[in-house]
Amino acid sequence: MCGVCGCGEGEARIEGKPAHAHAHSDHRPAHDGHDHDHEHAHDHAHDHGAASALGAGPGEPSGTGRWVEIERDILSKNRDLAEQNRRRLTQGGVLAINVMSSPGAGKTTLLTASIEALKGGQPIAVIEGDQETSRDADRIRATGAPAVQVNTGRGCHLDAHMVGHALDRLPLEPGSVLFIENVGNLVCPAAFDLGEARKVALLSVTEGDDKPIKYPDMFMAADLMILTKIDLLPHVDFDVGRVIDHARAVNDRIEVLELSARTGAGMERWLEWIRRAVRPLLEERAAAAERELSALKARLDAAE
Amino acid sequence: MHELTLARSLVEMAVDYAERNGATRVTRISVRLGVLAGILRSLYFCFEPATKGTRCEGAVLDIEEVPLSVHCGYCQEIKTPRALYNFRCPTCGRPTPKVVTGREMQLVGIELDGGRAAPARGRPAQAPAASAGEPAR
Repeated sequence: MCGVCGCGEGEARIEGKPAHAHAHSDHRPAHDGHDHDHEHAHDHAHDHGAASALGAGPGEPSGTGRWVEIERDILSKNRDLAEQNRRRLTQGGVLAINVMSSPGAGKTTLLTASIEALKGGQPIAVIEGDQETSRDADRIRATGAPAVQVNTGRGCHLDAHMVGHALDRLPLEPGSVLFIENVGNLVCPAAFDLGEARKVALLSVTEGDDKPIKYPDMFMAADLMILTKIDLLPHVDFDVGRVIDHARAVNDRIEVLELSARTGAGMERWLEWIRRAVRPLLEERAAAAERELSALKARLDAAE
Repeated sequence: MHELTLARSLVEMAVDYAERNGATRVTRISVRLGVLAGILRSLYFCFEPATKGTRCEGAVLDIEEVPLSVHCGYCQEIKTPRALYNFRCPTCGRPTPKVVTGREMQLVGIELDGGRAAPARGRPAQAPAASAGEPAR
């Protein structure tokens, strides 16, 4: 990876092109103003004779070298980039929703149905994450919404860096809803903050009601669990009460919705959930615009 | 799983610190991983490939494992659940989704060889003998 922005050395592609198609210097100002280092370099040489003889324990200096204490999260670079994305999205009045699930739970189907239903209201954009192909972005574009396909190659999740570059390619007006469809995977995407405002985990009723305790990280991280394909409930042994109990056991604040994108059942509650989440962002953006307008008018008065 | 991503991030951070400290080699990397990080031992397998061709090649990886503890709102105490991912208080049986320890994924520190402020006290710098992928314990 590139030591400046964390660019991968080649696997991730955005719209078929390497994600890392920019000059490194492009990134410097952002990073310089935003360094979260907590280095405590001890520039003294320890005499670790005793430690060497006994064999060093974890976290202890062992030998002749110089020990540098760092105490920093391994994913801190991703977290920093995610915060940059979050600031950019929030300031722009854009609601970003990170949509996660196992492959085949119905993410793209839910998104195309949501886009059709929201058309004419909120502007919508989509970032599509898949290991290979642009099939999902093509499905989204067929609805008329702008979409950027990120191919992660061998990568099993989207990260904040890929999303940052994808944001550059999308028209994002204030009040937009940005769906970020993560790579189908119920494990890894949970660990990577993308800078989204909400994390949503889909679970289709054909997958089994014990998934929240078998894959707890995903349901711990999610703000909302959506049970999809509920039109299939009569044909499967899936206990809605039990899945909610399991989800609440790992995350007591998780919200739950049930729907079928195919029949449209439950869709209205999901759309209302989205609108409810957009409103405060748009209000804040409008307030900021009013503040800017008052400041400009005051400057205009002063100039007269 | 994303062990390779984590291993690369880890190596990248260590290289970054080594460069800033003017060191040519990193001889030891110490990390703290909670049991819920779900990677623990598997990080050893990804670590060596991730160090290839970097200043971390040949470095020893130390992993400090942090056990799971949760806060029970009813008992008002920190408890150790009976099993991983069984987020219930072992005393009162109520759900305890508040994880206190066990989610850590931190780079604790690194040991550097060479560069400025090299070890003094008359002891010659030794070549690191241990190989990556070998737990220190």
